[in-house]
Amino acid sequence: MTAPVPKPTLASRAPDVAFIFKKALISALVALVLFSLMIGIRTEAGPAGQLIYLTRFGDLAAIVAAVFGGSIIVELLRRWWGPVGTIRIVPPSVQSTLAVLRRAIAPVLLIFTLLVPVIFYDQRYILDLGILVLTYVMLGWGLNVVVGLAGLLDLGYVAFYAVGAYSYALLATNFGLSFWVCLPLAGILAAFWGVLLGFPVLRLRGDYLAIVTLAFGEIIRLVIINWQSLTGGPNGVSGIPRPSFFGIPLTPGDDGLAAKLGIEFSPTHRIVFLFYLILALALLTNWVTIRLRRLPIGRAWEALREDEVACRALGINTTTTKLTAFATGAMFGGFAGAFFATRQGFISPESFTFQESALVLAIVVLGGMGSQLGVALAALTMIGGFELFRGLEQYRMLVFGLAMVLLMIWRPRGLIGHRAPTVFLKHSQAISSDLVKEGHG
Amino acid sequence: MSGKNILTVDRLLMRFGGIVAVNDLSFDAERGKITALIGPNGAGKTTVFNCITGFYKPTSGAMRVMHDDGRDIQLERLNDFRISKLAKVARTFQNIRLFPGMTALENLMVAQHNALMRASGLTFLGLIGAPSWRSAEKRAIDLARLWLDRIGLLDRADDAAGNLPYGDQRRLEIARAMCTEPALLCLDEPAAGLNARESASLSELLLSIRAEQGTSILLIEHDMSVVMEISDHVVVMDYGVKIAEGTPDHIRDDPKVIAAYLGVEDNEVAAVEQELGL
Repeated sequence: MTAPVPKPTLASRAPDVAFIFKKALISALVALVLFSLMIGIRTEAGPAGQLIYLTRFGDLAAIVAAVFGGSIIVELLRRWWGPVGTIRIVPPSVQSTLAVLRRAIAPVLLIFTLLVPVIFYDQRYILDLGILVLTYVMLGWGLNVVVGLAGLLDLGYVAFYAVGAYSYALLATNFGLSFWVCLPLAGILAAFWGVLLGFPVLRLRGDYLAIVTLAFGEIIRLVIINWQSLTGGPNGVSGIPRPSFFGIPLTPGDDGLAAKLGIEFSPTHRIVFLFYLILALALLTNWVTIRLRRLPIGRAWEALREDEVACRALGINTTTTKLTAFATGAMFGGFAGAFFATRQGFISPESFTFQESALVLAIVVLGGMGSQLGVALAALTMIGGFELFRGLEQYRMLVFGLAMVLLMIWRPRGLIGHRAPTVFLKHSQAISSDLVKEGHG
Repeated sequence: MSGKNILTVDRLLMRFGGIVAVNDLSFDAERGKITALIGPNGAGKTTVFNCITGFYKPTSGAMRVMHDDGRDIQLERLNDFRISKLAKVARTFQNIRLFPGMTALENLMVAQHNALMRASGLTFLGLIGAPSWRSAEKRAIDLARLWLDRIGLLDRADDAAGNLPYGDQRRLEIARAMCTEPALLCLDEPAAGLNARESASLSELLLSIRAEQGTSILLIEHDMSVVMEISDHVVVMDYGVKIAEGTPDHIRDDPKVIAAYLGVEDNEVAAVEQELGL
């Protein structure tokens, strides 16, 4: 006990100070380079219309100093806190409760969604937002087959959405076919285009596949813009018939649904009907996908994502397997497109830009590739969350971007990062995302 | 029965640009026997494997698989996945190629893809949950369970394949290849990276596959303890050509084989070269 107390902490802390300072200095330097033009110099139109500039070195110095100080504080906090992990922040007892809650998320979410039109019957805005979110949930689930399960990076998914929408719009306006006849046709046509795209691109992998699908998405949009005689070009197609309740129109007239049921007509009926329609379509997508995952074709998709060479050695025809993934994903995109057309009543090429593909892909990636619940949560966050920040006006994008960055730091493999096995002998245990491959086309 | 050979490789030539990886190689693999293909590093063994299993198209030469039922299949005319599907030739890889994010059981289910695809009526019967599909799936799980039991991994059936120890992954890959119910099993260095005990249990597994399933095995291996113990016939390659062939005992004493593996004294080079016809 008389031995002098060793002071390893002090000795090991000495180089730390140098390290922290070095890190802060580098951050400050980066900030200086970044902000010297953005904040340090301001250009304005002078009194005679000429360009003048004024310097704001004070502000610049303040920002650089803030970055320097902030970097030191963050680093010190990190050291004091230790390695950040969920275990450290959340005690195990709470975690087990959370695990129970996690299992309850899906049913609770489903029941809530079913009740949305009842709870928010008077709030048209919420209902419209709900329909929008569900449309993206469906698109996300559709793309999830291609990207999440088969591991084929598809940047042109919106093309199939467009094919579905235009199929319904043109068939309904030109031939007077009803929504319920057009819906399967739209799906079949989109799947057909999926196969058509699939054939030439199957030999491509990874980045190359992504580029070709991106181009395909743009080609479809450009064809729609330029084929004026068929699609109306940039003017779009208007007067698309609204969906009927299996033949009974949702109109105020005598033969409308409201009159037949003997209730007072309200325009909200149609919104509620659309809400349940897209919910049914989305749930159909979900059900089919869950079913397919447990069938040989679904397992082959996932095996393809894991290792294509091994698949070939096991006698799996990788060409048809990829084609079926493309076609299945495209078919759901086509269904969603037909719904979109009937909801809007008007479609134009502007609705089918690359931004839509990127948004749907972001939903799939953010949700955790391959996870059905993750995709639904991500769609809710991306579409619903974006609306939530509407009050922030011009800072909306900034907050949204920051939220995305934080989410990707916290959960780099998406909200639901683990994979559930499709078959088990004794008990199903989730597979950590570290083992699951992302696929390379 | 159609002949005693399951595989006949006839004058196989594989050229990559100016490099001749396999030069005029001919050998046979007997039905129900274990044939080993050995040779120093870079001798062209894996290239031969890749030609047989369709991953490479040989420059020239013929490879025939003769099945019990008299079917005679020209391998060089089939491409990749059809060799496993139609010719019933299964393979494993030098660097393990399991599906790491899928469970051990799922790996074995994927291997039964073609049979299950037929049973699920190309997915449609499966989608509606037809009874015929359910019973087929049950049989597939039973087959997978049988193989998991044989490789001693029944307890870890629901673990991700990527989480298994190295030796278990090797055995699982062999089980996965066996789940395709092959007539000829091609193993590319199955004992690589295994310790002595694991090698011994691997030898046991391969011998039991030959005895119980009657599957013919073609094997590339560097671990001579495994080769000498289990093979019925050994083919030795060096620089793309066959330098010797025979029973393990015969090969062990062959001066050409010893020269290829260990090299020769400087003053013997001329004599050996003359003998080899170089």
